[in-house]
Amino acid sequence: MIRFERRTHVPFGLRLAAPIAAVLVALAFAGILIAIAGAPVLEAYRRMLIGAFGSRLAITETLTRTAPLILTGLAAAVAFRARLWNIGAEGQFLVGALAAAALGSQHGLHLPPVLLIPALMLAGAVAGALLLLGPLALRLRFGVDEVVTTLLLNFVALLFVSMMIEGALKDPLAFGWPQSVPVVADAMLPKLVARTRLHVGLLVAIGLAVVIALVQARTVFGMESRAAGLNPAAARFAGVSLTGVLVKVACISGGLAGLAGAIEVLGVKAYVTTDLSPGFGYTGIVVAMLAALNPIGVVFAALFVATMFVGADSMSRALGVPSFIADVIVAMSLLAMLVALSLANYRIRR
Amino acid sequence: MNVPVVLRLEGITKRFGALTANDDITLELRQGELLALLGENGAGKTTLMNILFGHYTADAGRVIAFSRELPPGKPRAAIEAGIGMVHQHFALAANLTVLENVIAGTRPLGALGLGSAAARTRLAALSAKFGLAVHPDARVGDLSVGERQRVEILKSLYRDAKVLILDEPTAVLTHQEAEQLYRTLRGMAELGLSIIFISHKLHEVLAAADRVTVLRGGKVVAERRASETTKDELAELMVGRRVARPHRESQAPGAIALRASGIDVGTTLKAIDFEVRAGETLGIIGVSGNGQHTLVRLVSGLERPTAGQLELYGAPAPRPSPRGFVAAGIGRIPEDRHADGAVGEMAVWENAVLERVREPRFSAGGLVRRAAGRAFAREIIERFDVRGGSEDSPIRLLSGGNMQKLILGRNLAESPRILIAAQPTRGLDEGAVAAVHGEILAARRAGTAVLLISEDLDEILALADRVQAIVKGRLSPAIPVEQADPRRLGLMMAGSWEDAA
Repeated sequence: MIRFERRTHVPFGLRLAAPIAAVLVALAFAGILIAIAGAPVLEAYRRMLIGAFGSRLAITETLTRTAPLILTGLAAAVAFRARLWNIGAEGQFLVGALAAAALGSQHGLHLPPVLLIPALMLAGAVAGALLLLGPLALRLRFGVDEVVTTLLLNFVALLFVSMMIEGALKDPLAFGWPQSVPVVADAMLPKLVARTRLHVGLLVAIGLAVVIALVQARTVFGMESRAAGLNPAAARFAGVSLTGVLVKVACISGGLAGLAGAIEVLGVKAYVTTDLSPGFGYTGIVVAMLAALNPIGVVFAALFVATMFVGADSMSRALGVPSFIADVIVAMSLLAMLVALSLANYRIRR
Repeated sequence: MNVPVVLRLEGITKRFGALTANDDITLELRQGELLALLGENGAGKTTLMNILFGHYTADAGRVIAFSRELPPGKPRAAIEAGIGMVHQHFALAANLTVLENVIAGTRPLGALGLGSAAARTRLAALSAKFGLAVHPDARVGDLSVGERQRVEILKSLYRDAKVLILDEPTAVLTHQEAEQLYRTLRGMAELGLSIIFISHKLHEVLAAADRVTVLRGGKVVAERRASETTKDELAELMVGRRVARPHRESQAPGAIALRASGIDVGTTLKAIDFEVRAGETLGIIGVSGNGQHTLVRLVSGLERPTAGQLELYGAPAPRPSPRGFVAAGIGRIPEDRHADGAVGEMAVWENAVLERVREPRFSAGGLVRRAAGRAFAREIIERFDVRGGSEDSPIRLLSGGNMQKLILGRNLAESPRILIAAQPTRGLDEGAVAAVHGEILAARRAGTAVLLISEDLDEILALADRVQAIVKGRLSPAIPVEQADPRRLGLMMAGSWEDAA
């Protein structure tokens, strides 16, 4: 008889294999859908890879898409580790973008570029953090479930952005399109590769992933927030201030999501529209889960998700398969990952 | 013997992963017999009873009740065959009356009305026959623990149970309530019921049972008639070797280290007074749920008194905070090591230093000094003989006893001036109990003031110099342990301090 037996320790190789297996399973399932849509499955996936990595331009486009996903993925991973269920990265992304755009325009801050860019990134992070501190305060004071408040604030944030770019921040030169006044040229992030959209925001995102990994592993705050997330009662008994941990975690999580918005404005668009984010905040949750909340893993999960989205567009153009297949693959790999993570805790015994 | 066998377990084997909880167990119960199932935690007693009752399915073996084999995994079949089970944690609805609780689940879904008139008569008859007095219209939430247990037993009897299984029935009872329960069970057996009760307490097994089956490591290691065995023999059979609990030697206490005067905490603790001196152990005895939890939180720096004063070493205690109390030389062993004492997924060394991580020796500039933390953990592992993992393995891999030794160790390694030990041996096996008791006595010998909060009479009698009882958030006056016997402590735990005096 085959039996499942709980492992006492999950080896590193298996933890690495789980997400890879999950992705393969998702690709296999999505292959069925592609076949139903009437396209050759392997050719579709080949087109997808070419679309994402087939040229210099394709690679830079994929990496441009990766940068904000790393940051929103980190935002979710950091919060979830401390059991702060921040579903509001989308809204924090938008207010971060709006703050950077407002202060970076010709009516905003006047600073030399070396100071201006960090100041605008900081402004975005602060705006994102503030949007998360509200729900946290409600949870700490009244026990309001932050899943609901952060989720609903996404819509409030979107409508607020809409109001601002139709009103106070509206660009008079945009032929009536609702978009904000663009940021000044000095505020734009330097390009990593000339004549592409890829900007230094990617390096900022990767750098922050490393910093967060180190903070979690090596600092007192990292140790205390891990304890608070894993067993709040024991952390409390050992003298960890749960409130203090949650406030700091909220600042980091909201800050990362806000920074993602600021970087998207300063690196790519220069202005804010209501469709600035194709769901970066929500997708960040998927990225974090695929990475099993590991900050370094987030970088790779973000790259995978960006590959799917960029590649699917080109597959869609070449073969007429709907590009929604990318959403299906990403969603399925999340489901498969959740299954794989729990299976990784067991071994098979005969 | 020509008394019929009512229940027979044959070759029961049950594995959970690599663990064999029951290994080829065979036992018999005759009509009118009181059988005790004795064994340490993890010996497989509860697993066996859960198989018998159909909660678990055995990997091998059969259950035969009244000469008919029971289908595995069907509690309803067990009930219909006349088997009743009283769990350690009662399954009663607190907002319903006794009568409603007893009827619940016995009426078909489509039945009109509860048929409560007939049920009332029947319940009254059962109450009278078996000496289980409870008021049928009392709300269960208002009843004492002992009364609730009677309701549970009545529930089984109402369903025509001929065989009654009780899982650790005295764990939540005072001494007097427990004696009352034995008398009731004896009477029930004389009326023809057959009873199995699970226990790890030697004295009650000897006092109450006809026959004792000892389980160890999932196997039946011995069967004895209660009249033909002794406490020492049973202890050795249960543990598998001779275990001697360490002995307390008398010594003169020093200055007052911890004093509470007139402390209230909300409505859970009322006008608490106690003092503990250096080199002395004060035992607080009580049935769980009488305010011990809040008392532990108070002296651990997690709770602020709403009235009264807590003094440390003769001066008012600082603003309560766990780390402030740790820094003031208070070692704290929480009641529930899994919930409060350890973060299971974190490494042993992280659990060892968590409450001191902000001290300069364990961190500098916000960075954890991992080498120092590991060294501290290694020192504890060595000195306190913690087995089952290294300083880097997750603490959840340690057994309860070893986890407790680590928690003790992280406190005692710092030679605390005060030690708060809350239920320090709950759920531990005899070997670990002896080790923990030894360490607590060693700390007292070294001049630590020990506040021992326990519901285990034997533990209090073995370790404490003076004893106070906690009842409904109040503390009795202290008595020297020399004047404490089970009867007197039982009265104190029931709140009758004047009778006890």
